[in-house]
Parts: sequence; C-alpha cells; structure tokens
Amino acid sequence: MTGTRTEPLLDLVDVTVTYRTSEGPLPAVRGIDLTVGPGEVVGLAGESGCGKSTLASTVLRLQPSGAAVTGEVNVLGQDVQTIAWGKLRALRWAGASIVFQGALHSLNPVQRIGAQIAEPIRVHEPDLAKDAVARRVEELLEQVGLATSRKRSYPHQLSGGQRQRVMIAMALACRPQLVVADEPTTALDVMVQAQILDLLRDLVRELGVGLLIISHDLSVLADLCDRVAVMYAGRVVESGRAEQVFTDPLHPYTRALSGAFPRIGDPAARYAPAGLAGDPPDPRELPPGCSFEPRCPLAVPECAEAEPPLVEVRPGRPVACIRVGER
Amino acid sequence: MTTPFLEARGLEVEFLTRTGHAARALDGVHVSVQRGEILAIVGESGSGKTTLARTLIGLQRPTAGQVLLEGAPLSYSQKGLRALRSRVQMVLQDAAGSLNPRQTVYESVAEGIRLHGRVASDPDGRSEADLVAAALAEAGLRPPERLFLRYPHELSGGQKQRVLIAGALALRPELILADEPVSSLDASIRGEILALLLKLRQDLGMGVVVVTHDLGLAWNIADRIAVMYLGRVVECGTTEEVLSRPRHPYTQALLSVVPEIDFLEPVVLTGEIPDPSRIPGGCRFHPRCPQLVEGIAAEAGVADACRRTSLPVLPADGDHRVACHLDAARVG
Amino acid sequence: MSATSEAPRVTPRQVTRQRRIMGAKRTWASFRRHRSGLFGLGLLTFFLLVAIFAPLLADPESIEVTKATGGVLESPGDYLLGTDENGRSIVALLVWGSRISLFVGILATLISMVIGTLVGLASGFFEGWPARILYRFTEWFLVIPFVPLAIVLATVLGRSLVNIVIVIGITGWASTAMLIRSQTLSIRERPYVERARLLGAGRWHQMSRHVLPNVMPMVFANTTLTVALAILAETTLSFLGLGDPTRVSWGTMLDSAFGVGAMTTGAWWYIVPPGVCVVLVVLAFTLVGQALEEVFNPRLRER
Repeated sequence: MTGTRTEPLLDLVDVTVTYRTSEGPLPAVRGIDLTVGPGEVVGLAGESGCGKSTLASTVLRLQPSGAAVTGEVNVLGQDVQTIAWGKLRALRWAGASIVFQGALHSLNPVQRIGAQIAEPIRVHEPDLAKDAVARRVEELLEQVGLATSRKRSYPHQLSGGQRQRVMIAMALACRPQLVVADEPTTALDVMVQAQILDLLRDLVRELGVGLLIISHDLSVLADLCDRVAVMYAGRVVESGRAEQVFTDPLHPYTRALSGAFPRIGDPAARYAPAGLAGDPPDPRELPPGCSFEPRCPLAVPECAEAEPPLVEVRPGRPVACIRVGER
Repeated sequence: MTTPFLEARGLEVEFLTRTGHAARALDGVHVSVQRGEILAIVGESGSGKTTLARTLIGLQRPTAGQVLLEGAPLSYSQKGLRALRSRVQMVLQDAAGSLNPRQTVYESVAEGIRLHGRVASDPDGRSEADLVAAALAEAGLRPPERLFLRYPHELSGGQKQRVLIAGALALRPELILADEPVSSLDASIRGEILALLLKLRQDLGMGVVVVTHDLGLAWNIADRIAVMYLGRVVECGTTEEVLSRPRHPYTQALLSVVPEIDFLEPVVLTGEIPDPSRIPGGCRFHPRCPQLVEGIAAEAGVADACRRTSLPVLPADGDHRVACHLDAARVG
Repeated sequence: MSATSEAPRVTPRQVTRQRRIMGAKRTWASFRRHRSGLFGLGLLTFFLLVAIFAPLLADPESIEVTKATGGVLESPGDYLLGTDENGRSIVALLVWGSRISLFVGILATLISMVIGTLVGLASGFFEGWPARILYRFTEWFLVIPFVPLAIVLATVLGRSLVNIVIVIGITGWASTAMLIRSQTLSIRERPYVERARLLGAGRWHQMSRHVLPNVMPMVFANTTLTVALAILAETTLSFLGLGDPTRVSWGTMLDSAFGVGAMTTGAWWYIVPPGVCVVLVVLAFTLVGQALEEVFNPRLRER
C-alpha cells in the first residue's frame, strides 16, 4: 500500500490454512496477503468462521498440529513456518507477541501477575538480575496503566479490563516489534473497551510497534487502525484505509457489517435494524462461486460461478466483488 | 397514566459476598413497562441490569420493594410464579448454554407447552406438534419441521437464539425480557433478531424489555430507555430524548465512546464501576464524574452535594428524568 | 403461513424414539473406536454367555459333592483342569461359579447405584440442612473401611447369597453418591436448568428432566467400574469364609483351595483358574467402563 521504505514487520504472502479433520480437509484460510509496517496499525475484521483467529495463530506458528499451512508467514523477514526451532523461539515474544482473546483463561490462576509478566523476560534474558527483572515488570505495569502494587495480585482479583491490561503488558515484556491483538476488547464493557483502545493507541505511538488487531467489531477498527482488511470465509473481500472502508464501504458484506450498528441520532435507524439474512458461512460447506453470494443483496447468477478476485476498483481499494466494479 | 403492565417499585436486592459484606446489586429502582412497549435497560456490567430483569420475572426475590403485574404484587408461591411466567417470559443471556444439550429443538420448545398444559387449553384444538411448529415459525425458523430433531450443537448462534425465543413465544406471553439478545451473535445477524423482536410487538402486541450494554440496540428498537449505574437508574425517558439530548454525565460519557457517534467528544472515564459492596456516598457516580473532576460542578455550586447528598430514586413515568445534582441546578 | 414442507408430521413419541435411536447409534460408533473397550466387551460377552448357558456347558449334577466322580485333587488329565478335594471338575465349578460371581456383582451394583444416585441427586440439588446431612452421611460411609464393615454385616446377617448382595450394595453406594453429587452441583447451575424454572418447571421436573439425564452418562460409565469392584468384593468375602456355603463361586473356590493347602501341595489347577477368571472379568468391566467414560466425557466437555 503506502510503501514504507523499511521492511514490513509482518508480510503474509498467499497464506492458506487447512485443518485435517475426520470429515475431510477444512479450509479455514484461503489465500491471504497482508503486511504490517513499523508504527502501523492494521485491522482484520470478520465474524465467526472467517478464519481470522486461525490466521493470527500462524504468525508465531501456534496453529494447531492438525493444520497445514502454505504460503509465507514472514515475521521480521523470516518465514516462521519454515525456520529452525531455535530461531522461532528467539522470535517468539522478543520479535513478535500476541495478546490473546479471553484474558481470564490465558492467565495462570495460581500465579501472581508479576510472576507471569516476568516469565517471558526471564526466558529471553536469562542473565538479567532479579531486581532488573522486577523493575522491568513495574515499568510495564505503569505503561499499561496499572498500579505497580498489582504485581502481587492474582488474576481473579482483577477486573476484566485490568486483566486485559496485564495481557498487553505481557505481550510487551520483551520489547517486540510486532504485536498481534486477537479480539482485545471483546467481552469488555464499552467504557473499558474505550480505555483499552486508547491505551493501544498510545503504546503504538510511544513504542513504534506494529500492531495487527483482529476484531469482529468494524467500528472499533475504524477508530484505531490505519488500514483495515475485511475477511469473509477465509479470504479478504475488501481492504484499504480504515476511515474509507468504514465510511464508504464498497463490498456488500462490508456495507452490511458497518450498517449493523446504527448511527445514534439518525432518525432513519429508529425501528429499522439492518442486518443480513442467513448465517456466516460454514467452512465445511462453502458454495462454489462467491462465498458471500447466498446472503448478498446484489447477487446475480454470475456470482455463483467463480470466486471473484481482489480488484483495485479505486487506487488503494481492492475489493473482491464483480458487482462493485460495474458501478 | 394507565396501570403499567409490569412495574418495579423501590426494588432493592442485596447479596452477601464471601467476605461477609453486603453487595447491593439493586439499590432502589422504579421501572415500569406499558402493554406493548419496548423498554431498554442499559448499563455496563455491575450496573444491576441483569439482576433487575431477573427480579422482574421472579427468579430473584427482592430484599425490599415490589414487583407488580398489572398493579398486583407478585406472589412467590409456586402457583403465583407459574401464573406470572405464563404471561411474562425471559430469554437468558447465555444462549448457547440455555438449551439442554440432550434435548432436541422440538423438546426444548415443547417444554413450556407441556408444563402449562397448553394443548388441552388450546381454543383451536391444535396438537403439541402444531404449537411447536407455530412457535418456531413465528421466531423466523422456516420450515419449522426441519429443525424438530436437531440438537443445540448442530445449530448456529442465531438459530439457537431463535429457538429460545420460540420456546418463550410458545407460551404466548404478553411481555418478553431479553438479556443481551444479540451481543454473543455475529454483527451481520444482529439486525434480523432485532427485527424479529419488533415484529413480535407489531404482530402480537407483545412488550419487550431488553437488557443490554449496546446503546445502538436501544436506538434501533426501544421506545423508552433507562440507564443504570451501580444499582440505580440515573437517567430515563424516551429513547430519542435520552440518546439525542443526554443530561446525565454518565450517559453522556457512554454515548461519547460509541464509535458511531459524531455529536459528542469522546469522554473516556477512568477506572471502572466500583464494587457494589462499596457504593460511593453522595451521588454514586461522583468519583468518576468528569463534571466534578473538571470543576464544572464546583462552578455550579453543587460539588459538595455531589460528594455528600444522595439523590432520590427516579420515578418511572414517561418523562425525561435525570438523577444528577448538576442537572437539577441547571434546570431548576 | 408456514411453507408446506415435505417432512411428514412427527408425533412427540416418534421424536423421542428417534432421538434415542440416534443417540444410541452415535454412542456405539464412538465406543467402537476404542479397541481396549471392544476387547473388554468381547471378554465380558464371553463370560456372560458362559454364565447364562452354564447348564449346557456343565452338568448341574457335576458340582454336587455327593455326585462327584473324579478323584481327589486330580491334576489335569481326564478332567480339563483337574478336580477339587471333593472330586468335582474344576471346569464345571468355574462355569457355575461364574453365575454367582456375576450375579452378585451386577445385582449389588444395581443396589448401590440406586441408593447412590438418589442420595447424590438429593444432596446435590437441594439446599439447606437435609442436603447437608445427606452429604455428611455419604462422607461417613465413604470413610468406613470396607472389609471390616462387610465382615460385621455379613456376620450379623448370616451367610447367604442375598445377604452378600445386600452387604456389598450398602457398603458401595457412597462413591457413586459422591460422583453424582458433584455432577449435580455443576449441572444445577447451568443456564438450561434455570430456563426450565423460567418456563414454570418445579424442582421435581428440573431434577428428572434436566439434571438426571445429563448426569446419567457419567453414572453409566462409573457403574461398569463399580461392577468390577463388586465382583472383587464378593470374591474377597467368599475367600474370607463369609460367602454362601451352599453355592460355588470363584471366591469360595479360592477359599477351599486355601483350606486344603493347595498351595503347598502344588495343586495349581485349583488356585490359578478361579483367580484368573476373577482378574479377566474385572479387567473386562474396567476396560468397558473406561472406554465408556471417554465416550461420554468429551461430549460433556465440549458443551
């Protein structure tokens, strides 16, 4: 996109992920290209079953063992899917880290927060003195807006928002250059959500990390991201600059997503909830042509024939829809 | 004002926490719903909204106050509760967990019908299968027979939610309480479920009380809205009034962080909702109130009141009511 | 109106029956994947068939002491596994003994399962002091050592088959009760139980229609393991001389063998076969029970 001279932190090239199941191969991700540069915030939007979490797991080769990955997953210039184990370990957390979904289940319930944040530090910098580690932990807690006394707390003593901050602190522990945040604000209250998003924005600005945010909430991404890619059934159907995608969506799916939440104050939205018929697609039963065709308000017979390619209908706005090109 | 269909008067619900402290989930709430009205109860977690819904349907007994159905206080006997639940039903928050995994869709929907003997009392002499099919069809699942033998784990999130709604509809209630009906569902199917609720009001004259944190949902379907904070209603009125011209600082803050809002500057509150066992004195919102923190309350001379004087419980009439010293000073 | 569908009108009873058939098919398909379970099932079937067709496999008269035809403690030769001290064929004794061992094991387990389920459900589902008392009672029973209690009861009640069944039944219910209680406690909190309440269900309906069916799979698996323990218990009691003196079981065989000093005289055919039979049957039940647990557990977990 807007070419940065420096090498991208994350460079996905035609990545596919197929699960081996007892009922046959399940294509979760079907050819994704994506880049994230330093200091850039890129959003990946999509609903359940679109493959976004699977894609996130490939960034640090954390996909389940039954999943076959093709294409290149380049993190800091190295393809994590093929590099040696030692190099992967070095990359994990110190090069790139992940903030997981569902913080309550990602934290060890019987270990204090401070110890959990210190763990990756001790793994990657074993020679660091104890008090240096402790100081780093306190520094991280301050960065994420938690009182340093919290390092002695257990996860259950913290609220949902505080736990998410701990997850972010853990992700930053080894000063990574790339951070992947998988649904960082889901299940949080609106106000706490706003706080976490503000925090992420500040951290990106201060630390210059590259951030890939995955969320089903397009409006969250519109606010925070520089660029956004919308996923449906394992593919990117639209991408571009975040405000543009949000305020002027081109793909019918993106339009439905962005229209799902009304503009409060808009009289036209009173008693008129907007949504799509049908359900998000089942990766096991994808239709032959465009995977969105069964639910698409603009569908024509040609749509069911072949999967539409990503075409830049305007500069910087690739869209995968044959109806959009016509307009 | 006509007698409201369902009403809460001075409701208080107190829990004893493990440490022995009393946590007030509801600290004095008046709420009322008219026949065929759609009311949204909005708040964050810890606001008491779910407790309010559960108390309205008798799953929770209040420690003080009353719930009234058409003016008559609830009877908590088996008979009384059953009579209530044939007229008021609820769809619980966890849609996936609300269906017995070992029961088919048919059995889940038929359960209510069987418990209340609806087949025997059906004026048109319909069979149980007819009633189940009718309920599923009304909830938008067509053709209903196709789903009779399905199990919950074979259904999508949206279908599960519709089955639950069908189960409630099968009893022909006059009011349905829906606790976060769409927050666990994908955004693209949100509209359909909300449209269904509107349609039920339109076609069957059914009232709906929606409990949610999503202000957009209220804008989409609610006639009136009540905003809750820490066990009290802090602002209520018609949806247009409250969401277009919010007067309580908390409502204003909540609205301002909704990404689709363009007429308010984002005000991100610091901290989180306090523990219900340690409700702040004076106005319960004062520790986080931007107006107090930025001195605006002081300028209006109410800063002291904010910190020390508690506010009265808002009445549940249709007017735009606000529980705020600053607002009272400005209006009065 | 609703679209006319091709699906035939279904009656509620058809629905329930179809559901049960489909459920059973699924369970069997899942069970089949466990090879150990299949092996155990095969063993079990073998022994059950032996017990059922005992009269065809060994002449009933051959185990009567007065009609014994063999020599005393003959080593295997004319008789496949030799004879006991009364001249009875060991094979005949094993065949008839299987009836007693299996009968006692299964019946005693039935008793302990019924008591255990009722107590477990009640103490898990209800609140207040009745439930607490039941719980303490269960804990108490769990702690009492089995053998001394069984000895006392058997001595008091007398040495008969029925009494052995009763003794094993009432000493074994506590662990089932604990398992069911903990399952009940967790299921009681599930949203669908609350939904039943919302729809107007009383406590009885909630328990029988929602809690019990979801508890039963685990119970079923546990029961199979309990039968194994019951058979071992019967063997133990009989070996200690508390069994029914008029009946032959594998335990009484071991007791007699011990009594005539089969170990010292080297009459291995008297000791080894009954011991091996007990081990094989217990193994069979255990393998089937473990496989069943795996079959039922993942489904519970994925919810």
